[in-house]
Parts: sequence; C-alpha cells; structure tokens
Amino acid sequence: MTARFLPRAAPRQVANFLPRGAPNFAFRAGTRAASSISQRPGSSHVSFPGAVKSAFTSDLKFALSADSPALPTYRVVDQDGNVVDQSFKPDLSDEEVVKLYKTMLTISIMDIIMFDAQRQGRLSFYMVSAGEEAISVGSASVLDKGDVVFCQYREQGVFAQRGFTLNDFMNQLFANKKDPGKGRNMPVHYGSRDLNIHTISSPLATQIPHAAGAAYGLKMQRMNDPSLPPRVVVVYFGEGAASEGDFHAALNIAATRSCPVVFICRNNGYAISTPTLEQYRGDGIASRGIGYGIDTVRVDGNDIWAVREVTKRAREMALEDGGRPILIEAMSYRVSHHSTSDDSFAYRARVEVEDWKRRDNPIARLRKYMEARGLWDESKEKEARESIRRDVLKAFSEAEREKKPPIRAMFEDVYEELTPDLKAQMGELRDHLEKYPEEYDLSEFEGGISSLRQ
Amino acid sequence: MKQSISLRRLQKTLASGSTGRCAGRVLGARSPRSYSTHPPNARLNIPVDYSTTPLLAHTSQTALSSAELPPEVRNSTTKRMNLFQAINDALSIALTEDENVLVFGEDVAFGGVFRCTMKLAENFGGGRVFNTPLTEQGIMGFGIGLAAEGMRPVAEIQFADYVYPAFDQLVNEAAKFRYRDGSCGRSVGGLTVRMPCGGVGHGALYHSQSPESLFTHIPGLRVIMPRSPLQAKGLLLSAIRSNDPCIFMEPKILYRAAVEQVPLGPYTLPLSKAEVLKQGKDVTIISYGQPLYICSSAIQKAEQDLGISIELIDLRTVYPWDKETVFKSVQKTGRCMVVHEAMVNAGIGAEVAAAIQEHPETFIRLEAPVARVAGWSIPTPLLYEKFNFPDVARIYDNVKKLLDY
Repeated sequence: MTARFLPRAAPRQVANFLPRGAPNFAFRAGTRAASSISQRPGSSHVSFPGAVKSAFTSDLKFALSADSPALPTYRVVDQDGNVVDQSFKPDLSDEEVVKLYKTMLTISIMDIIMFDAQRQGRLSFYMVSAGEEAISVGSASVLDKGDVVFCQYREQGVFAQRGFTLNDFMNQLFANKKDPGKGRNMPVHYGSRDLNIHTISSPLATQIPHAAGAAYGLKMQRMNDPSLPPRVVVVYFGEGAASEGDFHAALNIAATRSCPVVFICRNNGYAISTPTLEQYRGDGIASRGIGYGIDTVRVDGNDIWAVREVTKRAREMALEDGGRPILIEAMSYRVSHHSTSDDSFAYRARVEVEDWKRRDNPIARLRKYMEARGLWDESKEKEARESIRRDVLKAFSEAEREKKPPIRAMFEDVYEELTPDLKAQMGELRDHLEKYPEEYDLSEFEGGISSLRQ
Repeated sequence: MKQSISLRRLQKTLASGSTGRCAGRVLGARSPRSYSTHPPNARLNIPVDYSTTPLLAHTSQTALSSAELPPEVRNSTTKRMNLFQAINDALSIALTEDENVLVFGEDVAFGGVFRCTMKLAENFGGGRVFNTPLTEQGIMGFGIGLAAEGMRPVAEIQFADYVYPAFDQLVNEAAKFRYRDGSCGRSVGGLTVRMPCGGVGHGALYHSQSPESLFTHIPGLRVIMPRSPLQAKGLLLSAIRSNDPCIFMEPKILYRAAVEQVPLGPYTLPLSKAEVLKQGKDVTIISYGQPLYICSSAIQKAEQDLGISIELIDLRTVYPWDKETVFKSVQKTGRCMVVHEAMVNAGIGAEVAAAIQEHPETFIRLEAPVARVAGWSIPTPLLYEKFNFPDVARIYDNVKKLLDY
C-alpha cells in the first residue's frame, strides 16, 4: 500500500537498522560487507536475512495448501458428554460446574427474552450468542480478574462470567441513566472498568491490535514494577473479522513485540450471510497463526472443558519467557440469526440450524456431562430455567422503568473537558429546546432541560 | 552501488529540507535541478531566509522572552536546534520524566528517516523505543491499546501521506474511546501521533500532503502543527501530557531549515491557543506551520509597498482552535486572509472563514470577503508544486485585493 521508496530504500539506513549490541559486522561506512551474512561455502541452509532457517533444496516444489492436513480440533468431552481425553482431570468442584452451567443458561435465556423484546419494539437492537456460550463462559472462567479483555460483540458470556449482573446487561440494553455508556452506544456494546473489559465498538477487528498494544503495556508496567501480578490480554473476534487488515496487523505486531496476548477466534461458520467458503480458502484461522510465528491451537468450541483447558494453557504460555501471543480458534456454529436485523433463513436452510441445535450445542453437552455424574436432572433444569427467567424479567422491567441519562451527556466525554465550542453548542441546543418545547419530549431524560444549563 | 549512492543522496535531500524555496539560492548556482531555483528577477517569490526571519528566535534573549514560558525556563539557557533536534529533545524529556512514555513506528529505532528519534533507543532501551512492522493501522491500533491501559504512547507515521490506513483506528477508535466508555472513565488520552507533513519541493503525491483538515472533522482529536523548533518542543510536550489523543503534524521542510535558540529543560506551550506573531491594524493573516514564513515575507513586502500594517496569527492548534484570538483580530482589522498548503476545499480556511462570518460582532466588522490562499483542488503534483502551494506573490496579491475591495 505504501511506496516510501525515497527514504526507505537507502541502504545506509539498513546498516543503522541493526539492533544495538548486535555485532554490526554487516556494514561499514555504507558499504555492504556481504561476506559474513551471506552463504558460507558448502552450507546447507540459506543465510538470507528474511528466512535464516531455510534449507536449500534442488527440488522445485511448491508447498501445496491442499497437501497440509487440517489442524485437529481438541476436545475433552464428546457430544454425549463422555470424557474422551483420558488425561483430563476436572479442576472444578461440583458446585462450580453447576455454576458455569447456570451462567451459560442465563445468557441463553436472556438472549431469547431480549430477542423477543426487540421484536416487540421495546429495544432498538439485540444480538444473541446462542451456540457460543461455552467459548465465552469457558475461556473467561480460567482468566485472572486482572486480565484485560477486548470483545467483538457476541461474548455476553465473558461479561456474565466475570461478574456483569443482569441489571448491568439491562441498563446498557435500555440505555438508561445507569448505563455507563450514558446511552451513547447501541445495545450489546457493553463495557466494564471494574471487570477489566473494554467497551465494545462496532467496527470489526479494530480491537485486535488494541489487545496487542494493551498486552505490551501490561508487560512494560510489570517490567517497571515487578511486584505487579502477571497479566495477559485476551481478545475475542469472529472468523469474519479475521479477514480485516487489523487482524493481520495485530498478530504480526504481537509476535514481533512478544506481547502476552491470547487471541480467541470464534469460528461459527458465518459472518452475517457469508459462509466461511467465501471468507477464506485456507485451513480456517488457526493455520494462519503459524505463519505469524504464533503458537496456535484449534478447539471444539461446544466443549466447555476443552475451551477451559486450552485457554488455561494459553494463558500460561503467553506469560512464559517474557511474554508471547497465542492463537486459539474455537469452532462452533452460529445457531441464531446474526442479529435482530437479520433473518438467517434467507441464506441457510432451517433444517441445518435445527440440526445443530439438536445434535450438538454447548449447553446440552455440559448438561449431559453433569447428568452422567448425577449433578443435574430434569427437575433441576426446570427449576433453574424458571428462576433465571424470573430474574431476567425482573432486571428487564427495572431497567425499562429507569430514566434516560441527562441530555448533557451527549456533549460530555468527547474531550477530557468541554471545549468552548461544545459549551456554546450546548447553550444553543438549550435555547432551541426552550423555544420549541412542544417539538421534543424531554420527560424521560434525567433532569430534563436543566442538565443543559452550565 | 551507483544506484544506491544516488538513492542515498535523494534520501538526504528529502530529509534535509535543502530544497525548493528554502535553499534554492544556495543550490541554484551549482545544482542542475531546475525545480530548486527561482526566477532571477523575482522580487516577491524569493526563498525564505530562515537565518533572518523574524519568526525564529535567533538569540537566546528572544527565545527566553516569551511570556508563555514558565519562570524557571525563562531564567535558564538555550541551545541552537533545528526542528528535528527540538522534536528529539522533547521526546527525550518525555521519556525521561514518565516511564509510561513509549516511542515507536516504522524505522524509529535507528533514529528515524528524519532523525527525530536519534539515540532514543540507545538511551532509553529497545523496550521503550522500537520499530514496528510496516503497518499503519497496526501502529495506531497498538498505540490505542497501550493508551487504553494507561501508557503514553508516541506513535510515528512516517509520512502524513500514509496515515490513511490508520484512519479507521483514529476516527472510530481513538477519537471515540472516552465517549463510548462513558462513566467507566477510560480513554486513550495518552496517545500522541506524530507525522511529517507538508511540501518539501519534490515530494509529489505521497510525500507532500497536509491532511490536517481531515482530522479536524473528527470530534475527540486535537490537531496541532508547530512552525518552529521552540514551538515544536513546547507543543509536543503538551501533546504528550494531554489527556486527549493528539495528532502532531511536523512540517518536514522545516526539520533542518528552521534553526533557532530553544530553551533547555522541559516546558510546554498551551494547546488550542493561537499566537499573535505580529501586531497590525489593516489586515489579519491567519496561518499555521511552514506557510507562516511565506506570509511573513509577503507581509514585509506588502507593508513596505502599500504603507499598511498586517497582523499575523499562528493558529498552532488547528482543532479545537482559538476562535477568540482570531475574532478579536478581525474585529480590529476588518480584513482577513487564511493561508495553508492543503487544498482550499473544506480546508482549515473554510472553517475559519465560516466561523468569522457566523460570529455577529466579527461579521459586521468585515470590510471585505474573507480570502483563502491555499493549495488548488488537486493532488500535489511533482513538477508544479511552486504553482500549487501559497507563495509570497499570491499572498501579496490577495492583500492588495482585500484592500481594493
């Protein structure tokens, strides 16, 4: 994209480019002293600086993408809830397992209720995460409280698992005065400082390089103050977002700067209507990690145990040796529509979706696992579903009744302080609203027009 | 080898600013490059003599006389620096006083293609001053992530012409981060983005651009362009300390050309505050960055020929900009011209002119339409730069038109 040939191509700069302290044998006074970096006689390996470990070959052979086997998908528990990884040892008490299950169930029940609420026009927008509860809840369940998280938008489970309450969800969804986003963001764009989850923004993949930078920041902070606990950054994104340039930028920069970041790709088969066949032709997202020099694993995203094991190990690896990035590709199926603005039966068969719902989904799989161990049964299921439904509806109606934030909030937080222009514009809006009181309904906003007074 | 020598010379020339207007007089006699000469009989369009321009502090006394400097700095000493050295000095101070400051971008570790980051990696370590892969969106996203976690990243985009891949990150992420986080209170205010900008005599389409007005249309960003070493140091330190994300645009032609006495030690200059460089009563000229020197030359000629006095204002911060200083001046003079290199359409001049006519007390004082002297509505073509960017003759002529109206 950039052709900075003028200054960039000057060979003198390349000479100065070497890391300090590295033996500067390659260049002297702008002359390329090629002898020590180039090929030694009889050497079996290339010494080109761009690929130092490459062996010479006399066979002309292209690496055929089709020849590489697809990376395997790690699972602990199969579709029927049976443990298939014999080395697996559950690290949770029975109560904790039930709690994880209930968190997934809560997300899934909230999704159904809020989807319908949007259909009734009580909410402007909603996105469910059906089929992907194990990825978000499972991975978040093995993170440290201090770890920093960046989300895309289909990670309600991360919020719930880290302590976001039903009231927190509802306040944001209804953009009431308790919404930390002050009613500025679309529904589902949650954020929490206390839970170390950055506020979600709509542009796809922009958060991936943020995660790399944030991880580098945490690493530097710990270098400056070794008493700080080791922390990683975790970033979630879909397989569609991985086609954005920011994905490429982020993985590359995270690898070159050795950032302690765990990239978690939710590969659910669709980006709105676009199936993965039209998204990429390689072996998913996982195969790309290796190209960036990033240790990578593919995991069954419907298996919460596998997601937990993989994330736990990834977190440890990310903190080893001063830090490095890890890529996890969690495979799943987007059971739901993309959002409330989407009817997915316009581009995929209803039977396919029903099949996935029935055959395999993360909630059913954990339920089978629990049932096999006598932790769960039909009556507990019924009771849990009813009580969660009640809780959701209670939080729903409380949030719906709250006032909206003060109108003044629309001008604040653009800059650290209100600029003279913004103060003037706030005054202009106030004068206008006073002049045309019949044209606007201010009653639902906290403080009405008074918030616009200086 | 031959090719690499000529490339090196090219690079040196581009970085030096010893081109075009500014050093044409020196090079003209011995250089075969026609683009760096000026017509032998020119009276107006002669190269700026940076060694005598009143816009630079040629003595220590002048440098220290500014009322904006804190008392301890006014009582200190100065050192002669060019613009890249002043930037380097500011970065060095910022890295010294705050361990959260990091400096990175393409090729910054060895000192930068314009030498602004010389010795910083050696002095502060490769962990704090480092090269990134060649990806502008990556640099910006990485910087945003750092700032979001409380660091103070100073990211460099090698040329302002190459900031566009990072536009999404700047517009949708950096600028809106505080707003969307609301009462969570997080922002990327620690972020400063430096980028060389502006014409350099032969930078053509992709080494000449001044995209400042594109940033001024983004609520949440502060956009700053210094005109001199002393100013660059103070404004850059302000930008780094500012809790709003700042775009800091450095006129690359001044990197070596503008040399002045710069106070030693840390000091800041206020953001969003214009500076009246010269008092006058008949016309107000508003500009920022390198064209101020052209304006200054034109003012000397116009005052001498026409017996008038012209006020010159340096905006310094182009957004959010200092309307009050501008309105006050135009209310006094009644005539006003805005000068910038970037194309005239929807440029800074459009905003300044619109604000002037919109302000009731200033509008009624206008005795002529607000003039804009700026780049034409074209890309910056290699061969025609001298016809495109504002020069002394065009500014001079527009002063006459303002008076004749």
